Amino acid sequence: MNYVDAFREPRAGQALVRRLQEAVAERQVTVMEVCGTHTAAVFRFGLRTLLPPNLKLLSGPGCPVCVTPTRYVDQAVALAERSEFILATFGDMVRVPGSRTTLEHCRAAGAAVRVVYSPREAVALAAESPERNVVFLAVGFETTAPTIAAAILQAERQNRTNFFVLPGNKTMPAALAALATADDLSLDGFLCPGHVSVITGARIYEFLACDHGLPCVVSGFEPLDILYSLDLVVRRVAAGTPGVDIQYSRAVTWEGNVRAQELMEQVFVAVDSEWRGLGVIPGSGLALAPAFQRFDAATRFPVDIEPSRDPPGCLCGGVLRGARTPADCPLFGVRCTPATPVGPCMVSGEGTCAAWFRYAVHRREVMSAGR
Amino acid sequence: MDGVRFSADLSLVDGVRVGDYVLLHAGFAIQKLDQQEAQATLALFQELAALAQKAQTGGVGS
Repeated sequence: MNYVDAFREPRAGQALVRRLQEAVAERQVTVMEVCGTHTAAVFRFGLRTLLPPNLKLLSGPGCPVCVTPTRYVDQAVALAERSEFILATFGDMVRVPGSRTTLEHCRAAGAAVRVVYSPREAVALAAESPERNVVFLAVGFETTAPTIAAAILQAERQNRTNFFVLPGNKTMPAALAALATADDLSLDGFLCPGHVSVITGARIYEFLACDHGLPCVVSGFEPLDILYSLDLVVRRVAAGTPGVDIQYSRAVTWEGNVRAQELMEQVFVAVDSEWRGLGVIPGSGLALAPAFQRFDAATRFPVDIEPSRDPPGCLCGGVLRGARTPADCPLFGVRCTPATPVGPCMVSGEGTCAAWFRYAVHRREVMSAGR
Repeated sequence: MDGVRFSADLSLVDGVRVGDYVLLHAGFAIQKLDQQEAQATLALFQELAALAQKAQTGGVGS
């Protein structure tokens, strides 16, 4: 079966748009799409132009590269500039501006910065380069953390002594709680991240419905998925019956991928973590568990770095919590473009600014609708 | 995928066989797609589309 085309079928799409219009009616409804991949899909398929004007979609903090604070980039840069290290990272990270420079510029100046597709490749790199220390930049949410846990366990089985990670993984629930209680957002519901939920299961959102009265729908990434998920959120808002629904049922269950959860629990422990735009959120980060401390590059190789500075004028912080839109930013589309990003939200394909620039920058009506 | 071959680590999922669709993330299969659920979702979309069409054409006698 084809898992893509049928979920983009226009006739059903039109029916879902009409259904959604009926559900929204005269209400003002504000829904946050948490995940950057949802943001990109909403723009790519032009869904904003189809939505009722009084249904407001806010983009959330679900772009791992975007929420990684400048200080983390600065730490990575400081390691990259030392010749005994090879830095291995997912591609987006190399272009994120630190206080002083990017990893991309470090690489141009001769540093060993390698882009990998999988953390397993970083372990392989360590095996190939026994004379250097390989540091993998461990960023990403619950979707990515189990793959990093698996790589660390692999390195342990191989007795690798030259493989390390710079811990920076984050988890969603505490961040969503912070957004749920933010007065300036007045959210009515969440479109919950699909691939985080594949791992965690939809049960992690139960507290948002029970304690905060916010409907949560775990949505797929195709246009029909997103339209129908919005319809589910709005109908729950209208009926005053908050709950958790799984629209993306071909991939997401209530319990999630238990084996992946076990790997995470084995290798990581929860710690307080700094998010760009949201500040330090208690219990929202993953550090290495005591048994895996020897893989921690941050404690093994402490670096002396100056206090970090965010790019002057950059509104990424506000954009990440849905409080601002790229249209509010004086740098957007002028000094800050995908070719010369000033802030991380313009770097990543999951970043809100990159989605606006790519799909909406010339569409005045979308720009003003988003304000 | 589209003629490109990937090698994927299957250690995070159970019972994957040749012909299955999986979600791939960072070199790992993180979930096997549930074909029955996918079909149920599509059937629901088609049902909603048919309902909408009926409503538009008057829907009398349905």
